[in-house]
Amino acid sequence: MTRKQRRLVLISAGVGVLGFAAGLVMWALSDSIRFFNSPTDLVENHVAPGTRVRLGGLVVPGSVVRGKDLNVRFEVSDGNRAVPVTYQGILPDLFRDGQGVVTDGTLDASGVFKADSVLAKHDERYMPKEVADALKQQGHWKDDTAKGMGAGTRKTP
Amino acid sequence: MIPELGHYALVLALAIALVQSTVPLYGARMRDAVLIRVAEPAALAQFAFVAFSFAALVGCYVTSDFSVATVFENSHSTMPLIYKFTSVWGNHEGSMLLWVLILAVFGALVAAFGRNMPATLKATVLAVQSWVASAFYLFILVTSNPFLRLPEAPFEGRDLNPILQDFGLAVHPPMLYVGYVGFSISFSFAIAALIEGRIDAAWARWVRPWTLVAWIFLTLGIAMGSFWAYYTLGWGGWWYWDPVENASFMPWLAGTALLHSALVMEKREALKIWTILLAILTFSLSLIGTFLVRSGVITSVHAFASDPTRGVFILAILVLFIGGGLALYAWRAPLLKAGGLFAPISREGALVLNNLFLTVACATVFFGTIYPLVTEAFGTKISVGAPFFNLTFGPLFALLLAVVPFGPLLAWKRGDLQGVMQRLTAAFVLALVGITAVCIVEGRPVLAAFGVGLAGFVIAGAITDIVERTGMWRAPFPVATRRAIGLPRSAWGAAFAHLGLGISLLGVVGETQWGSEQIVSLRPGDKVALRHYEFTFDRTVPRTGPNYQELVAQFTVRRNGEMIGVMQPSKRSFPAREMTTTEAALMTRGFGQLYVSLGEAAADGAIAVRLYHKPLVLMIWLGCVVMAFGGALSLSDRRLRVGAPKPARSRAVLQPAE
Repeated sequence: MTRKQRRLVLISAGVGVLGFAAGLVMWALSDSIRFFNSPTDLVENHVAPGTRVRLGGLVVPGSVVRGKDLNVRFEVSDGNRAVPVTYQGILPDLFRDGQGVVTDGTLDASGVFKADSVLAKHDERYMPKEVADALKQQGHWKDDTAKGMGAGTRKTP
Repeated sequence: MIPELGHYALVLALAIALVQSTVPLYGARMRDAVLIRVAEPAALAQFAFVAFSFAALVGCYVTSDFSVATVFENSHSTMPLIYKFTSVWGNHEGSMLLWVLILAVFGALVAAFGRNMPATLKATVLAVQSWVASAFYLFILVTSNPFLRLPEAPFEGRDLNPILQDFGLAVHPPMLYVGYVGFSISFSFAIAALIEGRIDAAWARWVRPWTLVAWIFLTLGIAMGSFWAYYTLGWGGWWYWDPVENASFMPWLAGTALLHSALVMEKREALKIWTILLAILTFSLSLIGTFLVRSGVITSVHAFASDPTRGVFILAILVLFIGGGLALYAWRAPLLKAGGLFAPISREGALVLNNLFLTVACATVFFGTIYPLVTEAFGTKISVGAPFFNLTFGPLFALLLAVVPFGPLLAWKRGDLQGVMQRLTAAFVLALVGITAVCIVEGRPVLAAFGVGLAGFVIAGAITDIVERTGMWRAPFPVATRRAIGLPRSAWGAAFAHLGLGISLLGVVGETQWGSEQIVSLRPGDKVALRHYEFTFDRTVPRTGPNYQELVAQFTVRRNGEMIGVMQPSKRSFPAREMTTTEAALMTRGFGQLYVSLGEAAADGAIAVRLYHKPLVLMIWLGCVVMAFGGALSLSDRRLRVGAPKPARSRAVLQPAE
């Protein structure tokens, strides 16, 4: 085999693997991406029912209702709009009134968000970034919250 | 007084680092032996000062000095001593100090043990290492001083995030950091080679042990982190493709590629320029990992409180070192002499294929991690979830695994593929038997059968490698044993590392394909069946720990009617942070585990419970330990021993021809 042929084999192997990977990436991107929505986006932009999206906001205090068989219903708000969410399963330890949460799921025809996962964060001082941004956008961002995020002092109960 | 001393020591370390960054480099250019010799004592002194600074911070934590802001934020006087100690790095400031401590340790080790390196190379390496160190000292002193005092000392601290009060945390970050930071040595060597404009097989021999050390720790660190998430988070998951996990996984992939390409360079003086690039990229990915975790630019389940000015600072460090490194590479790499040639079917060819798959797989992970950041800059917020990574990384890695057994059996320069196929016959047969067995027993999941076959092939391939080298079966037993003992440790190391890979894959397949789970609401006396097991919820008992209250639920587990044990998952509440954590109960059955964790308790006495049966799950981490063991064996190889110039002749006689 000549030097040229060897180089050709090397290059075509590289291009082959890269092409294969690029194909996989394009294919995977088309159906494993979730768009993030605030409750306002969800209500006003009329996301088609059945589309998988990610919804983030604060749990409306007093809205959490626990039903049978681990069914939970609560509302998620960005201070402007609130969206009712239903979920079946165990909520994370940090789930509570007023806590920032991120949920994945679909909106049904009646405007209820059916979540199949609910995430709260490890650290109670931490606000999910999307939620913080959405709150800022709605003008409901309080310095208090901002302080709570950083290494500042904590609100005393 | 102690915090101020610690702070001062850190400033002095920065001063020394600045001297170390410049003087030896100038000395190396001017061939001035006196200036060159500055590097070694400077590296040792730098280490001494950082170590003092770190010890001072540890002192503040252990004595619960709440006048120091980070101690107040992250510690509590009632915490067990071990967690007072580990909370030093359970927060941003402390963990960055640990980062630079490890950096200084590596610098000092190079200074102390790199005896037989050319003086100029050593001086340049230490200078480059010190650039990185200076940048991070500045970062700590300017944006995240761990010794900051509060105007008034509070009476009590705010406690460490309870989820971090765990032995896993004591071990996970230091290991991960040794891995991340260890790659800085490879980076420094690469930059030094570019500055010197000279690179050869000896260079690869000096770099490989350091890369191996970093790789071993990174492997164990990732495994530890995965295990920690598995048992503390209460959802039984061991990998989420979370950005923070990816941040540690990308350097691992690139580092693994680097180890293999450095092998080619050491043995055959080929792939030199590529190896340099990989060394730069691996450390760049470590830096990007630090940036992703520490800047808060990404949403992650693991994200810790963070602050944007730090993000900007780390970003600047990132641009400086990655941009600078790559620019230097573009400028100087063409000056390096290209390496030797080899046939596509050869050990080198196989290692190139390995590098190709590893780097491309790493690129897909990188893409998936960074893509949301890019789209966000254009106003669209998206999240890329686990399915993306499974669909892209999965097939690429499966292909890589399928070729793993071929590599070690191929000869250098020009290999005989047909011969290798023949020698792998047993492995092929085993893989096929595995696939058919799974198909017959389980029927449905094709993926599981394929996975078991692949894992079997990788494991059998690793064993075949050793069998072929020692001539077991063919040669009489004593001869084979003698050969096995005489085999270079690095050969054993490679076989063990590949074996570990197969074991981990088997665990992944078992857990994902055959695992079962139930989420139910239970009252005392209720029974749940899961696979062959029956769980009876007996009662709940309240208990008090050192700094928490807990509610323990007791389950009796039966298999086919026979009691096999009691499991006690609990829910802990930490008053200092008004936080609750879930403590899962685990029961080991062979390589599998039963896993029970609690959800919230309802007013009527019912409690939400997650039950899992996870077959073979322990193999995932066992495989990682075996991989790391392989790395350690390889590290102990006399040819790679730090400072060993050449293999001793007397032992070489015992080594069989390869």
